[in-house]
Amino acid sequence: MYRYDEFDRNFVNERVTEFRGQVARRLSGEMSEEEFRPLRLMNGLYLQLHAYMLRVAIPYGTFSSVQMRKLAHIARTYDRGYGHFTTRQNIQFNWPKLDQVPDLLAELADVEMHAIQTSGNCIRNVTADPYAGAVADEVDDSRIWAEIVRQWSTLHPEFTYLGRKFKIAVSASDFDRAVIRFHDIGLILKKNDAGETGFQVWVGGGLGRTPMIGKVFNEFVPQQDLLSYLEAVLRVYNMYGRRDNKYKARIKILVHETGIDELKAKVEAEWREIRDSALKVPDDEVARIRSYFAPPPFEQLDAIDRSFETKKFENPEFARWVTGNVVAHREPGYRIVNISLKPEGLPPGDITADQMEDLADLAETYSFDEIRATHEQNLVFAHVKQSELFELWQELAEIGLAMPNIGKVSDMIACPGLDYCALANARAIPLAQRISKRYADLDQQFDLGELKLKISGCINACGHHHVGHIGLLGVDRRGEEYYQITLGGSGAEDAAIGSIIGPAFSSETVVDALESVISLFVELRLDKERFLDTYRRVGAAPFKSRLYPEKLDAAA
Amino acid sequence: MPLLKDGKIVNDSWLYLDDSIALPKVGAIVVSLARWQRDRAALMARTDSVGVRLTADQSPEQIKEDLTELALVAIEFPAFTNGRGYSYARLLHRYGFTGEIRAVGNVLRDQYGNMKRCGFNALEVKSGETEAHWQATVSNFSAPYQVAADGAEPIMSLRQQRMAATGG
Repeated sequence: MYRYDEFDRNFVNERVTEFRGQVARRLSGEMSEEEFRPLRLMNGLYLQLHAYMLRVAIPYGTFSSVQMRKLAHIARTYDRGYGHFTTRQNIQFNWPKLDQVPDLLAELADVEMHAIQTSGNCIRNVTADPYAGAVADEVDDSRIWAEIVRQWSTLHPEFTYLGRKFKIAVSASDFDRAVIRFHDIGLILKKNDAGETGFQVWVGGGLGRTPMIGKVFNEFVPQQDLLSYLEAVLRVYNMYGRRDNKYKARIKILVHETGIDELKAKVEAEWREIRDSALKVPDDEVARIRSYFAPPPFEQLDAIDRSFETKKFENPEFARWVTGNVVAHREPGYRIVNISLKPEGLPPGDITADQMEDLADLAETYSFDEIRATHEQNLVFAHVKQSELFELWQELAEIGLAMPNIGKVSDMIACPGLDYCALANARAIPLAQRISKRYADLDQQFDLGELKLKISGCINACGHHHVGHIGLLGVDRRGEEYYQITLGGSGAEDAAIGSIIGPAFSSETVVDALESVISLFVELRLDKERFLDTYRRVGAAPFKSRLYPEKLDAAA
Repeated sequence: MPLLKDGKIVNDSWLYLDDSIALPKVGAIVVSLARWQRDRAALMARTDSVGVRLTADQSPEQIKEDLTELALVAIEFPAFTNGRGYSYARLLHRYGFTGEIRAVGNVLRDQYGNMKRCGFNALEVKSGETEAHWQATVSNFSAPYQVAADGAEPIMSLRQQRMAATGG
């Protein structure tokens, strides 16, 4: 993985010093909260319902055991002994004290971490495919390019006061594991006919109040021109994006209101002006960064390990975990292991300091000292020997992290909701907990197959409900928590925005309503069809009549 | 209003001329874009310098062809959170404008560093603010990650130079 050189190290240390000064001026009253707000936000510091919240960047979700141990230390020292992995491959701490934040950041800097641009109306921490460098279906390692974007976007002087936040994600595969189509800019690495590497560029995707699927602005931006193209898009957005209404300020609205062709023409015109400039990424620099992502020293192994097959045969629980959480690796004898942070009845994405330390040890032993965070609030060990899966599984089980539910109904995304967030209308975590208890039966979950359930506590959609196969959206109805159900969304390569199925359900009835939807799916599905495929085949009507039978009566 | 220009607090020798006020015979003046477009000939006939003040909705593309006639472009910040002006300054710099690029309106001290990097060389400050105040908030980054308008070598180039010097 990437390691700082002295330039990166100086930069991050200098950023800590700068923020320390800003905090001091705020604490002394020299700076008003209004003035401090954008400064603290662009360093990941939110003011929540009960306390400050600090979001720490994990660029493109890749981090080391040393960094994980530091996060555990921070959870214990500055928080209440836990952290929360987010949908942007970051981790957040819910209880730091303002006067301690500069020290916290200095500790992060010691292990090459920071909180730069994890919030605010700037280019946010860049995300990437969590299987990068391990999966066979990629064109290149997306992290190399995510790192190049990270550096270019870090404290970019021109794009620090944008109309709204700006999110960039990088992938290198036809399979979308990074929600590319719902980012302000989504980049997919491709090879052209001449065998050169470049990017298919998607612009104007996003969730929030007005969910939109991004549009392809350019089919192939050569790799050396990536930064000039990004700069052209950002400059056009910064100059023409709306500033009159924060809910209309994302680039998706600019694309929608201007029209794709006109906006694309503006971007291309700007790009022509700056393409042949110092923004070209030199091959040497690409090579330097690439060297950090060189494959770890894999052993030459057989594709099939007999002891592994025996263990699966002998131990059905292990076999189930392998089926549920383990996926193919491009090296023979290796596997990618997903570690679910959705144990039954606990808040999705939460992890204790003890678990962090244990995982740091396990990553060292089993996965070349490297951990990935996923946008679905889980973790990944990217390079585990097939022959060691059984030991790893046993050790994960001991620390409560062997839940085999990846992609199943209980592997929910949920935003922090009204338990923490100042914007929320309704709680998301307790609902997720109730659902995970209702579907505690793993046999049932496996029978249902892949079912992406996503919960947001308000219309800002941090829980990605628009792209859930089933989405739940918390709404406030005269002071009561209600939940709207959306069906048919997908954040993957078959991107779709879910449709609201009908009037919202009360907190008491929503889990029953969800169960009705799922039971109907079981009745209607053909063969091993996923929920999403059944829904796409039969449409919303049968689900509507199941959920709202009284409407049928009225119509009859 | 005092100015911070090239790092020093100075008095403003320019006069902002409201659209309704007649052109004075002498003195450097700054006019709105509308006034510039309306009274261009009269403004250019004067001996003293003229500048144009752009609102946040007026891109410098509209004065691209006029820049050789102008000694100053002022860019308005209606709110310190409205960052359009940063891109406007970059454009002016790219157009080869060598006059003063001035930030006016709602600007925070903490934004000074970024503004300089984008090509601003003057900004309005509140009365009573000293150079020391401003210098105290200028961030001390030894090297930035990006190329911008201030000519600072980005980290990527510094790495290249180091590689060349050490033979790889």
